[in-house]
Amino acid sequence: MPRRVPSIVQLPPFQRLVDDHAAELHRFLVASVGPIDAEDCLQETLLSALRAYPQLRHGDNLRAWLYTIAHHKATDAIRRIVRQPAPSDLAALPPSSEPSVKGHEPSDDGLWQAVRGLPAKQRAAVVHRFVLDLDYRSIADRMGTTEEAARQNVSAGLRRLRTEVDR
Amino acid sequence: MTEIEERLRQAATPDLDRDRVLGALARRADDAGLLDVAYAATDSPLGELTVFVTRRGLLRVAYADEPIDSVLADVAARVSPRILRAPARTDETRRELDAYFAGTRRSFDVAVDWSLVRGFAADVLRQTARIPFGAVRSYGQVAASAGSPRAYRAAGNALRSNPIPIVVPCHRVLHADGGLGGYSGGLDRKRYLLALEGTLPA
Repeated sequence: MPRRVPSIVQLPPFQRLVDDHAAELHRFLVASVGPIDAEDCLQETLLSALRAYPQLRHGDNLRAWLYTIAHHKATDAIRRIVRQPAPSDLAALPPSSEPSVKGHEPSDDGLWQAVRGLPAKQRAAVVHRFVLDLDYRSIADRMGTTEEAARQNVSAGLRRLRTEVDR
Repeated sequence: MTEIEERLRQAATPDLDRDRVLGALARRADDAGLLDVAYAATDSPLGELTVFVTRRGLLRVAYADEPIDSVLADVAARVSPRILRAPARTDETRRELDAYFAGTRRSFDVAVDWSLVRGFAADVLRQTARIPFGAVRSYGQVAASAGSPRAYRAAGNALRSNPIPIVVPCHRVLHADGGLGGYSGGLDRKRYLLALEGTLPA
């Protein structure tokens, strides 16, 4: 008999996580990194999750766990797109006609470039709030922060976008 | 609401192309050795069948009347939660089932993964797997071949909980007097399979 690790909480079959969350994770990633890189980021997110899945100690809040992974994948992808990560200096972002980012968003290029240029936590909070339409409690839950921190990340992100977009 | 908020809310994100993106995910998971259980549905004259395959072989065949969520949960708990819908990995099994129902195949070549059965039940089902196409055995005979001639009742229970019906042909086990006995998928399906094999008049 193979030795079995006793599992305290039953983990659902991984396909159910995919069925329940893939579409919304994809929207989160499109808004974070653009539609082309979003597909690869989604696969990377789910592959990383699948790799770690059997070792999870519990099955609580699997959604927050998936968004944490997606957030890291998005941050890595942005670092790759923008060779020199300089979030404080938007001039470092490639112009929108640069091939690696061209066509990432159908409209409002400047805005999405700026979203990508936000510090990672502000970027994720802004996307959760306005693209996925979550309230602050849900954002806090998904990002593993307090509600107050979620609120601050959103408002700091917005402030920054206002000063940097369409100037 | 500020103008920036309005513009963020209007983001038009393209829909996820599930078949393409998630199909590629299943292939990448398989290549990386992370796909422990692949499953897919297939049509048959007995209704939709869902087949589950591991690296060892065919693990489970579920008739449509079994709630798929509970079958998935059971496989996740007893084998591995790394389960994805991945039709490509089940192609060989589905092809063999198609050929069997079309009357062009009399035995299955796919390997079987016996992980879901233990003990005497496993012995009974392994013996059952050796009953050839078109032949039948009694519950007592199967119990005897599994080493316990008097355990025909236990043999019946093992056959009723056969995780791999059709391929492990528990439908070929009948009462000694010729009565049909039981069948996990219902007696109509048992009759259909026996008729297909020419054991019962169609």
